[in-house]
Amino acid sequence: MNFTSSAPASGQTSKAPAKEGRTVIFRIKRCDGPGKPSRYEDFAVKVPRNANVISCLQQIAAMGITASGASTTPVAFDSGCLEEVCGSCTMVINGQVRQSCSCLIDEYAPNDGDVVTLEPMSKFPVVRDLWVDRSRLFHALKRVQAWVPIDGTYSLGQGPKESHKNQEVRYKLSECMSCGCCLEACPQFNKEEDSKEWDSAFIGAHAISQARLFNMHETGKQLASERLDVLSGPGGVSDCGNAQNCVKVCPKKIPLTESIAAMGRGVMVNAVKKFFGR
Amino acid sequence: MAAGKRVIVVGGGLAGLSASVRLAEAGVAVDLFSLVPVKRSHSVCAQGGINACNEVARQQGYSEYEHFDETIYGGDFLADQHPVLEMANWAPRIIDLLDRMGVPFNRTNEGNRDLRLFGGSLFKRTHFAGATTGQQLMYALDEQTRRAESEGKIIKYEFWEFLRPIVSEGRCVGIVAQDSRTMQIRSFRADAVVMATGGCGLVFGKSTNSVMCTGAAMSRCYQQGAWYGNPEMIQVHPTAIPGADKLRLMSESARGEGGRVWVPRKKGDTRAAKDIPEAERSYFLEERYPAYGNIVPRDIATREIFSVCVNDGMGVNGENQVYLDLSHLDPEYLTKKLGGILEIYEKFVGVDPRFEPMKIFPAVHYSMGGLYTTFTKGSYNPAEARTKHKSGTRPPLGADIGLGMTVGAPNNSMTNIPGLYAFGEVNFAYHGANRLGANALLSCIFDGLFCGVSVVNYVNDTERKATTELSQNIYDGASKSEADKQQRLLSTVTSGVGPAETSPYVIGKEMGDEMTAACTVVRTEARLKQCLGKLAGLRDRHARMRLPDGSGWTNQSLAYARAVGDMLIAAEALCQGAIARRESRGAHYRSDFQSRNDAEFMKSTIVKFDARAGTSSVEFIAIDASLIEPTARTYGKKDVPTSGAKPAPAMATAS
Repeated sequence: MNFTSSAPASGQTSKAPAKEGRTVIFRIKRCDGPGKPSRYEDFAVKVPRNANVISCLQQIAAMGITASGASTTPVAFDSGCLEEVCGSCTMVINGQVRQSCSCLIDEYAPNDGDVVTLEPMSKFPVVRDLWVDRSRLFHALKRVQAWVPIDGTYSLGQGPKESHKNQEVRYKLSECMSCGCCLEACPQFNKEEDSKEWDSAFIGAHAISQARLFNMHETGKQLASERLDVLSGPGGVSDCGNAQNCVKVCPKKIPLTESIAAMGRGVMVNAVKKFFGR
Repeated sequence: MAAGKRVIVVGGGLAGLSASVRLAEAGVAVDLFSLVPVKRSHSVCAQGGINACNEVARQQGYSEYEHFDETIYGGDFLADQHPVLEMANWAPRIIDLLDRMGVPFNRTNEGNRDLRLFGGSLFKRTHFAGATTGQQLMYALDEQTRRAESEGKIIKYEFWEFLRPIVSEGRCVGIVAQDSRTMQIRSFRADAVVMATGGCGLVFGKSTNSVMCTGAAMSRCYQQGAWYGNPEMIQVHPTAIPGADKLRLMSESARGEGGRVWVPRKKGDTRAAKDIPEAERSYFLEERYPAYGNIVPRDIATREIFSVCVNDGMGVNGENQVYLDLSHLDPEYLTKKLGGILEIYEKFVGVDPRFEPMKIFPAVHYSMGGLYTTFTKGSYNPAEARTKHKSGTRPPLGADIGLGMTVGAPNNSMTNIPGLYAFGEVNFAYHGANRLGANALLSCIFDGLFCGVSVVNYVNDTERKATTELSQNIYDGASKSEADKQQRLLSTVTSGVGPAETSPYVIGKEMGDEMTAACTVVRTEARLKQCLGKLAGLRDRHARMRLPDGSGWTNQSLAYARAVGDMLIAAEALCQGAIARRESRGAHYRSDFQSRNDAEFMKSTIVKFDARAGTSSVEFIAIDASLIEPTARTYGKKDVPTSGAKPAPAMATAS
């Protein structure tokens, strides 16, 4: 039972509380489907205490009218756990990519009439409204063979022992929920609708970091060289422009730039080894 | 062997993925359907850990048998016992497998897997990866699934919604599903179908569940003749963070790591938590349950919190909330062990729980009930049931495979419809009337791995015609009936503000509010009957519902409106089960029948749907209680009032 004296006495913020019963305008970029034009619609939402973007979108779905009273359809959006562990509800809010479930309205729009702008991620094709198709992100995980090549599911005893230190690094990397924030923020990662191009376009920080995760596992290492081969090819680590936006927007604070650097070194060592035929 | 055989798995959480991987490994082609990319399934929300006997606990006197005994006792003697025995015996093997898959379990100094304390046990037997264990296990299985997918053994249908099983000549031969984006409806053939669709938290409106946990898939099987087992057994988790869109779970591991639940001893005390001296706090769980303290099972903790707030009006600031306090523990230790959940609290409430007690209240969390399933007993069949196992003593038997259930018996975890299986939370087995913390992840993966073999054996049975030989008419008919149903819904489209009376969102919300009010912590016949009346009214309104969107592309309101209809039917079954069970057992507490009544109700509730009349009927069938004799489930409770009692000594911290 020790209490560090350097700790703050309270984690509470000192900001003035948001106004109760206020109306917030949600300006939403809408699109009826692939190839259809986009438009913005405003919705006036009376926000309850502790509201977040998702609870407001749920209200909007039930409303049926825009702020100016025009009839409209419910806004389509992707969501899941609502506690920032599934990655589903990622979107661009006031120009910043993030999960919408953890976006608290009291913080973003404390005053009556404040505007919150919601847009779909721009690096993935829109399915409808705020819902985008992130298949490419999962495809990248296949490219780097982001798995441990186990011998099957029969009982074969324990896995390898692991040091605290290694576990702590792996755990952090393994918290990646494939949300796509790092890709949205990356100047090198561009929208690519043609899946044939996915194997040569930039793979993105998340997949590079996953390659590192599995190269750090005793059994996962067996595919280390194959993973590095992919990362040394087209769309691999060398496509990173070192803007470092990825690490700034990662909701799980995964050290993505460290992963990119580590894999950059790995790619080099791998090339040297190959050159000497080892 | 399995040439040409196909199995459909519906649901991509832990149960669905472990089944898929196991089936693929056995050479059966798997079509995996999921409403969401499987990596985003609700299993990621599980926080605390996964239980299994381990070497340290074993040397302290723990055993697989004690894990089995705890689970039966924790479930208040409602679960069939043989399957629970098999699950507990498999638990260490499952941990080993997950370890091999690369799950970053927390480690000890020597590099072994670390352990923590969890509800319902006096031994550290819970393995964990920070406070996001479910997410980490999910990712390991997601990775193995992706590996099998890249080898062509599993085909994923993500963003596809299961609409119904196809039952022909008394067996399940496929499903009808819909692409949520293109809205295409089509039928799929399969030699067996595994439902792994989770629980029905959304029937209660706000819960700790993800948005897709509507129970609609389960209800659709129920409407096609699958039996609904123990529907009334709904776990209300004692500690959740109230929110506008959902109630976020605050893991039991917070208490396992030393968190203490308390309220000010003085009613209406307005002082800040830290200004209330120790002597003026009531640590009511520790006072009432000296042996287990804050880690009593969930139903008990929930009722105590509920009673302190609702009956005694002793909640913090007079509201329905109590403190869950970690602030006496080392912040660094907390970050290491509980970082993930502490972040959630800080993110959504804006207060750092390492320095200030959290305010929490119970929330609907888990469905012990689900589709009724069968099993074949294993080789351990004592002449008579044994008395309750004395904690820490030598177990009466080892943990060999096949003592509890017969390995590979085709009916293991199969519903009453041949060829239709239920794995994971949608399976009513294992947890009885209350699930112990950190047993859910276990039951999901156990079903997938152990009962996956049963599915393989079922589809390889050559006595039965392969579904590839069945007439296409069966499949066309099934998909047409779903297309017709959709057409009916689409024909009701009204744009703009329709009347609230017929809005699917309003109907859904009213259902949630009513179910939470009538069907959670304290139940009475009168209130449940009133609830049934309300549900009937909502079903009537649902039949006249107006859809707000007529789009033929990614129409989420159509999917929601359709699900609400299925949820209402499940809710009615749940409510009827709760009315029929005139006793209190585990999570099911009836203030008008406060004691457990083994003579009449140590039985499974079975609810059957009459498709013609659209009604549910309840019956009770015997359970397998041949291994452990029932005893009173008290967890050593003492009667101590919230106010005026002497404060209990502080609980030893886990560090």
